[in-house]
Amino acid sequence: MKRTLLFFSSLLFSFSAHAALNVFACEPEWAALAQELAGDKAAIYAATGALQDPHHVEARPSLIARARRADLVVCTGAELEAAWLPVVLRESGNHKVLPGGDGYFEAAQFVAMLEAPARLDRGEGDVHAMGNPHIQTDPRNFLPVAAALARRLIRLDPGNAALYRQRLADFDRKWRAAIAAWETRAAPLKGVSIVVQHKAFPYLEAWLGLKQVAALEPKPGMEPSVTHLSQVLAALQQRPARMVLHAAYQNRKPSGWIAERSHIAVVELPFSVGGSSKAQNLYGLFDDTIERLLAGLK
Amino acid sequence: MFKRTSLSVAIAALLSHSFNASAASDADLQAIREQIQQLKQSYEQRISQLEQRLWAAESSAQQTGTVAARAQPAGVAPASPAGGDNAFNPAIALILGGTYGSVRQDPAIPATGFAMNPNMGHEQGFNLGESELGISANIDAHYRGTATLALDPAGGVSVENAYVQTSALGNGLNLKFGRYFSGLGYLNEQHAHAWDFVDPPLVYATLWENQLAEDGLQVKWLAPTDTFIELGAELGRGRGFPGSDRAKNGAGSGVLFAHAGDDIGIEHSWRLGASLHRTRAADRVSDAVPDLPGTVGGVSNSFSGDSQTAGLDFVWKYAPNGNVRNNYAKLQGEYFRRKETGALTYDIAGANIADTFSVMQSGWYLQGVYQFMPQWRTGLRYDRLDPGAAQVGALNAGNVIADYAFQPARTSLMLDYSASEFSRLRLQLSRDNSRQNLSDNQLFVQYIMSLGAHSAHSY
Repeated sequence: MKRTLLFFSSLLFSFSAHAALNVFACEPEWAALAQELAGDKAAIYAATGALQDPHHVEARPSLIARARRADLVVCTGAELEAAWLPVVLRESGNHKVLPGGDGYFEAAQFVAMLEAPARLDRGEGDVHAMGNPHIQTDPRNFLPVAAALARRLIRLDPGNAALYRQRLADFDRKWRAAIAAWETRAAPLKGVSIVVQHKAFPYLEAWLGLKQVAALEPKPGMEPSVTHLSQVLAALQQRPARMVLHAAYQNRKPSGWIAERSHIAVVELPFSVGGSSKAQNLYGLFDDTIERLLAGLK
Repeated sequence: MFKRTSLSVAIAALLSHSFNASAASDADLQAIREQIQQLKQSYEQRISQLEQRLWAAESSAQQTGTVAARAQPAGVAPASPAGGDNAFNPAIALILGGTYGSVRQDPAIPATGFAMNPNMGHEQGFNLGESELGISANIDAHYRGTATLALDPAGGVSVENAYVQTSALGNGLNLKFGRYFSGLGYLNEQHAHAWDFVDPPLVYATLWENQLAEDGLQVKWLAPTDTFIELGAELGRGRGFPGSDRAKNGAGSGVLFAHAGDDIGIEHSWRLGASLHRTRAADRVSDAVPDLPGTVGGVSNSFSGDSQTAGLDFVWKYAPNGNVRNNYAKLQGEYFRRKETGALTYDIAGANIADTFSVMQSGWYLQGVYQFMPQWRTGLRYDRLDPGAAQVGALNAGNVIADYAFQPARTSLMLDYSASEFSRLRLQLSRDNSRQNLSDNQLFVQYIMSLGAHSAHSY
């Protein structure tokens, strides 16, 4: 009897017993960043995977259960999770992680947002008032987010402050070196014209100097129609592009359609950690992104 | 802070000035107070904005240095919320809906054996469905308020939901009070615009008058486990069917429910539920009830007694790679069984004979919805009801039909298209065998559009 009780109580509290902080990351890139900064001081749960469209996630019972015991929720923000996170947080009955509290962290607040719409209208598709939320495609954005996240970890778990500072300093140094290496490697991509399936890459474009000439979705979030694809095809005859980009979670068909007819390369990007076999951590994510883009030039 | 000091000096100066002016009337004083208040508010806003900017600048400059500095295009400051009277406006969402219905049989005829239950029927021809106006916002740090007003096409507004939810209890506790959809079953909490079919399952239409909305309070507790385990209890007025509105102290109905759910891998997720509902009906009158003597147009009966309902529900969802954008499948089913025991008065306008009455009604549905390509879904639903065999007291044994020996059933097929997540067009065909010897082919076309705030969806 005693043993059974022990077993059940260990089941109940296993999550919290081994680690100081329970972190609920909305997207895998923030789970990976939290891992870099907290190491074994946090138990990290990634609510979504790189093969899931982050706009279309359901408030599944498992997410509510995981949010229940979270000490910190780390999300992109900028309304990316508007369709599911509010329900998850409300239903979790966990006041520590409600927006506005120390347990709620939005990465988008710490980076300069691109494509903030001048006109907020659903007629323009799935636009976000604060700007394009796909900030994780520019590695430079991870620096301010990491600094802010480390500060938040210190506030929640001051006992390990020295460790978080040390890990932040390590990450910062290694990440800067990695960015410099990626930039050198990606030099041939500067000024290259691209087509994107969803407007998911403005930060990547800004970083590497890629030039987006068209998007396959007629409006953000709308499925590409044949009519619109034909228009894009006609436009590409005037202004040719070298490749068409889509994220790993997206339907491959529209990119394939346009690539076949305009004779350009299709490049599937991992988009987040776990989006390809090589993108198993943050470094792998950008290694693989650059390699795939370079392969698209050939 | 320098700004704060100068602000207080300014306020002090203003105050002393106004006090010295002995001729100032009360109205003037009031106006000055208001001005000071406004001044103070606007200064506080600007100070907090400045603090935010300073903090953001510190974090990016000090911690990130050169590379990040290149990442920040000039002139971008963190978004600051707009001020003014409308700064605290709640989220407003409007649902527009309408249907075209074509049925062959008179929709006023109830399902066989369920003449003493509500008959929700169907609208024929073109008709505006209920438009729904939802307003919600945090009230303060402790409460969140939600109101859903249904705008009836014939005019008038009814309160579908109007409740307050706590947000600060923690420990997995959620308290809700006001008028809300009861947490029993799976479909009961979903608003009509989130249904996968034009109409609710027969078991919801007959046993819950489409949906059970309670005036009362609900408490839910979520267990601190990785598996989702939720327990809930409700005490309510018992105003809707199967209860009857009452004027008395205390609670008129009670609900208990439990939910469990989890994921299996990244592609599957599920939820199971069980619920119990208890209420008391007092003089619940039903008209046009068929009887054994075969009275033309039926008779009016009245029931008073206890009503107990138990239910089981499940939902299972599957999406390749867990990505619901492209394809997904959903299978759900629910079963309810109700036992009513009390006294039935037969033909209250005529014979008026009262005796004991008890019956066990039940019903279930099973439905599958499949999104076979982005934007397009199809679904199939099978419905079944069992009116049960009633135990009728001796005085009414020759009056009240005890056993109908017929189980109503219906099969529905639907196809819907969503140009975006804010619009949906639907076609539904139903083969209705809910009324004995009156099988019906039904066709519905429906639109559901949502405007305004992007309300998050529940599972």
